Amino acid sequence: MLRPARALALPAVLLAAALGASACTSADSTATGARVGVTAGDGTCELTATSVPAGVVTFAVQNTGSQVAEFYVYAADGTTILSEVENVGPGVTRELVVELAAGKAKTTCRPSDGVDGISTDITVTASGATSAAAKPSLAQAVEDYRAFVADETAALLAGTQEFVAAVKDGDIAQAKALYPQVRTHWERIEPVVESFADLDYSLDAREDGVEPGTEWTGWHRLEKALWVDKSLDGTTAIADQLLADTQDLVSRIPSIELSPSLIGNGATALMEEVATGKVTGEEERYSRTDLWDFQANVDGARAAYDALAPALKDADPELATTLESRFASLQERLDALHKGDGFVLYDDLTTAQVRDLADAVDALAEPLSTLTATVVNG
Amino acid sequence: MSKVELSRRRLLASFGAVAVGASAATVLVERSATAAEPEAAADVVPFRGPHQAGITTPAQDRLHFVAFDVITDDRDELERLLRRWTLAAERMTRGEGAGPVGPVDGLPDAPPDDTGEALGLSPARLTLTFGVGPTLFVDADRRDRFGLAAKRPEALEDLPGFAGDRLEEAWSGGDLCVQACADDPQVAVHAVRNLVRMGMGVVRVRWAQLGFGRTSSTSDSQATPRNLFGFKDGTSNLRAEETAELDTHLWAQGSDGAEWMAGGTYLVARKIRMTIETWDRTSLKAQEEIIGRDKREGAPLSGGTEMTAPVLDQLPPTSHVRLAHPQSNGGVRMLRRGFSYVDGADSLGRLDAGLFFLAFQRDPRTAFVAVQKRLASDDALNEYLVHVGSALFAVPPGPGDGEYWGSTLFV
Repeated sequence: MLRPARALALPAVLLAAALGASACTSADSTATGARVGVTAGDGTCELTATSVPAGVVTFAVQNTGSQVAEFYVYAADGTTILSEVENVGPGVTRELVVELAAGKAKTTCRPSDGVDGISTDITVTASGATSAAAKPSLAQAVEDYRAFVADETAALLAGTQEFVAAVKDGDIAQAKALYPQVRTHWERIEPVVESFADLDYSLDAREDGVEPGTEWTGWHRLEKALWVDKSLDGTTAIADQLLADTQDLVSRIPSIELSPSLIGNGATALMEEVATGKVTGEEERYSRTDLWDFQANVDGARAAYDALAPALKDADPELATTLESRFASLQERLDALHKGDGFVLYDDLTTAQVRDLADAVDALAEPLSTLTATVVNG
Repeated sequence: MSKVELSRRRLLASFGAVAVGASAATVLVERSATAAEPEAAADVVPFRGPHQAGITTPAQDRLHFVAFDVITDDRDELERLLRRWTLAAERMTRGEGAGPVGPVDGLPDAPPDDTGEALGLSPARLTLTFGVGPTLFVDADRRDRFGLAAKRPEALEDLPGFAGDRLEEAWSGGDLCVQACADDPQVAVHAVRNLVRMGMGVVRVRWAQLGFGRTSSTSDSQATPRNLFGFKDGTSNLRAEETAELDTHLWAQGSDGAEWMAGGTYLVARKIRMTIETWDRTSLKAQEEIIGRDKREGAPLSGGTEMTAPVLDQLPPTSHVRLAHPQSNGGVRMLRRGFSYVDGADSLGRLDAGLFFLAFQRDPRTAFVAVQKRLASDDALNEYLVHVGSALFAVPPGPGDGEYWGSTLFV
């Protein structure tokens, strides 16, 4: 699971997809799309326009109130966060750039310490603005990645059904065997599933991430039952909810608007996941199956890269060569850690092996962070 | 001049112009850049020249030193990094960003090519000094890693062990090093951070050390500072103004054996932990006898003022000054450029602090090694010192126009 702020911020990668190669400063680039002034006061939230053309839209959020404010832009479903700006202090103006597709959107002003925000519905009209996805190679990239997400989603659901059945049968051995395998499908598409913050929380929260007053549910709750408590007593409801939440997730995924930016930045986000959660052994603290997740995150980044590779090879063949050799070098290290159908446990790694993995992750993640800009602007 | 080429200093100078229309602003920027030039030179140390900067440069206040392992087997990839590093280093010493675009002028959906924490800061006399360790030439398995084995200088011989050494692998060795010195710690950290970032996949950080409070003066223009023992140190250091002495004691000559090192020098780095708490319980008289100088002025105990030459046989036989003095070591001299360090507290709550000793010399075998052998066996100060880290680097000559760090080695 990503830290909350990161998880919410991820869909903001939709921004700037249509900026084109001429973009060089923030002031210039924002001039190419629509601009909406937002005045957030104490108990008020006024927008200068509620209808905008599709494409890049800049919201200039001015806080005229007395409290620190936040501003959110949601997709047509009203719950998927496209982008947000936090910590807008009194008297401060901050800009938020987002790419909106034709249809509907919703904005919300909210005080930082409050729960209820003031929402406004936005109409997004079709416009002639060219999207980055209009390039044939990028349009194909979106289709390829969509197919990958569909496959992984289907496998996640099927695997979850099997896992939940084992839990409800009280078959600890079978549940433990399935756990890392099924989670692989979650970890491969983590940036996509995490755009649903509510489901990310109910499915993938770790114990120390649980908010006081709410019940801990999801994968890691069952992980602890299997490996620490060594008992599945009283977990039937948790198992049922895991399956229901996964079914909910699967039904929502087709609504995600994939874009080349979302795919490219998703690859970067997956490698960040590896660098901060997997190589440090923080993700699977009870089962110690971190390397399964590690491999799955790398698989996901690789799938995103493969989708964008034709466009990248046109834009910057040298970067493509570098990324391929760095993917290969990281995979070589993971291959050396195979054991049976899976991997050695995290606790069996030596300090030198962890360091070696971390170096290979950095070697890939640093150039990978330039992938999006290169393909979108190239 | 395009906007991206503006240095931080120039941007600051032109700050008032930002609100003006774009074309007018450009004109104003160019004018203020020109006007600011002579004044600004004071905080910029020239990067290129026959010798690398950061050696005879008057010692700055802050240090960020980093040693790297090379993790690629591809010599071309290593050379490419050194070219990129050199350009980035040159830009940063001028007060510009690490990359050609800078921290805020790039594409909004790409990570900036400079990390930005030095934006608005002075260049702070930043120097970046590059070196190569013995293991770049031949590794522990005697393997010629990059076809450079034949070029390994004889002077770059692994340092021997010394009595009392308690060296830790985590603080020792390295295939490459970069010494970043500046008068502002953030400028030095920024430079290292950006070089590390550029190097990922080719090199990895082996160890790094932050330092403060230069412990030596390397120029007549600087007063002698005090180390963490509270004493003035390095009074008889080799200084930038002694040009003839520098050729004898500091700069490697082509005739020394390694032609590619002509104009370069050798750097010994030692992390020396001080047992601060026990030193502080030592009487003033004992402290002065251990050092060989008085604590107030730094004058030798044989009499006079700080700059008076000590009369060695009138100093206690095991005093640090007597044993380390060139006259006790066949006239050999080094350019010491160390810094104090404090890495917080250790697990016993004691100050984890000491001297990060850096010394440049023409040949470590006759300089550092000879002096340290004597000190390790007899120096009264040893009771309060532990050497915990050690590294040796060949510091190539300064890059000329179009050259890069180590280009004389790789041609």
